[in-house]
Amino acid sequence: MKEIIWHGRGGQGAFTAARLLGEAYSHRENTFVLAFPSFGPERRGAPIRAFTKLDEKPIGNRSEISRADYSIFLDDTLFNKQVFDELKPDGKILLNTKKEINDERVITIDGDSIAEKYLGLPITNTILLGALAAVSGFISLADLTEAVKQSMPPRLHEKNIAAVKAAYEEVGK
Amino acid sequence: MARKFLSGNEAFAYGVRLARPHVISAYPITPQTIVVEKLSEFVEDGSLRSEFIHVESEHSALSCAMGASSVGARAFTATSSQGLLYMAECLPYAAGGRFPIVMMNANRSTALPWNIYGDQRDSLSQLDSGWIQAYAENAQEALDIALMSFYIAEHKNVSTPFMANLDGFVLTHTYEVVDVPTAEQADEFLPPFETENKLSLSNPKNLGFSAGPDTNTFFKYKEHSGLLNVRNVVAEAESKFESIFGRKYTGLTESFKTDDADYILITLGSISGLAREIVDRLREQGEKVGLLRIRYMRPFPNDEIAAAVKNAKAVAVLEKDISFGNEGTVYTNVNSALQKAGISIPTSDYIGGLGGKNISAEEIEGIFEELKQKKSAVKFLGIEVR
Repeated sequence: MKEIIWHGRGGQGAFTAARLLGEAYSHRENTFVLAFPSFGPERRGAPIRAFTKLDEKPIGNRSEISRADYSIFLDDTLFNKQVFDELKPDGKILLNTKKEINDERVITIDGDSIAEKYLGLPITNTILLGALAAVSGFISLADLTEAVKQSMPPRLHEKNIAAVKAAYEEVGK
Repeated sequence: MARKFLSGNEAFAYGVRLARPHVISAYPITPQTIVVEKLSEFVEDGSLRSEFIHVESEHSALSCAMGASSVGARAFTATSSQGLLYMAECLPYAAGGRFPIVMMNANRSTALPWNIYGDQRDSLSQLDSGWIQAYAENAQEALDIALMSFYIAEHKNVSTPFMANLDGFVLTHTYEVVDVPTAEQADEFLPPFETENKLSLSNPKNLGFSAGPDTNTFFKYKEHSGLLNVRNVVAEAESKFESIFGRKYTGLTESFKTDDADYILITLGSISGLAREIVDRLREQGEKVGLLRIRYMRPFPNDEIAAAVKNAKAVAVLEKDISFGNEGTVYTNVNSALQKAGISIPTSDYIGGLGGKNISAEEIEGIFEELKQKKSAVKFLGIEVR
């Protein structure tokens, strides 16, 4: 099973990303997915987490993920030393930041700049999905494009698909 | 059929849309809100032609559904927790009036302390209200129960309201892959609602009347009989459902590797998925363990439980409920089933998941480990009582 934890602040679209990833993976035959937020009242700006579990057999465990294959941060103010504790042994962190991080477990992307260029808003959830497609191998750009088309409002399709692609190419370089 | 990625609430709403109720009356409450929001969107976009009535409380929501049902309309409502308790006065009214209303309940803790998260104390506190009670394990089953609930409730041998329970958040708010049947398939499965129990100008009659001491027992016995008929109607509905949709359900319970099991865990609702994984894991280690999932709490599957555990050495119940001052209500019911069948084995009750507390894989493994001691006990998961 592939397990992904999403970190963001209320309003940044962490749960939407968790859901889009699940939706993208579910387009394949014989796949099973759970996607859910950390439950409770949501407030704009407050830290939130969301979870995606992907497998080729039914997933019985509905608990929050404690050890992830990928832990993804839409906001680098939520990133700290403790977050490495929630990774599997080969797990990676995908971090939206302009900073350089010298740790081989951390993959960085300047998602804010891509967001500004393609979306005109500092919302990086689909951009981090594009980055995940580039580094993970378990989700393709085509799957993501389809998921954006199926679950986002039509007016957002073109620019989000462009942003996903730009992030994919940026991280894949 | 279309493969969609839906939350439990959304899946249930899709199931209700396929059943095309004439009237939907509801009042929003977390974590039920999304099911009625989704249905209001369906009504707004024209994909569901229902009278959607925004009422001012849960008491009114069910009263309104009863009014609709009393003129022969198919009626749906949904609630949770405090909302269910607020409509409690109307629950036996609907059951006694034999109005086959379908209601989704998002299982949530009850106050105080205030808590919006999932446990099953809300619905289990209403077991005696005369409603059918089913519990879904996942979003697919939620959709399928939504569609089947109208078939079962409205069947002429049943004519009893149906409460479909979904664990709050872990089921209502979790997205999963769900097969959504087509409207044509649903119409093939579900006949239109027809009943003699309605107000009609061509056949005038009195509904909602008094029945004094001389006749009351008769009505209550009829009500009881209607619920007992549910077992056969569930079998009939699931057989027809399988022939059209290809998905198989197994009646009031679902057993998993119980045939040769020494130790059996009995569960209710969405925790069963994790319990099944643990059974598989322990089986690989050579442990003879099994799982029995209760799908219907009313009518209670006395015979199914007795048949599943008759050769076991010990049984545990894991439930998100406590009847204060006694034990978990599922446990009480299970013990009654065993006693009536003459099965005398140790039984234990594990009370967990209250107020949404996570139940871990390790805790379920621990229950199977403790079962080997073959002692009867009532325990709270996560609290050491000395």
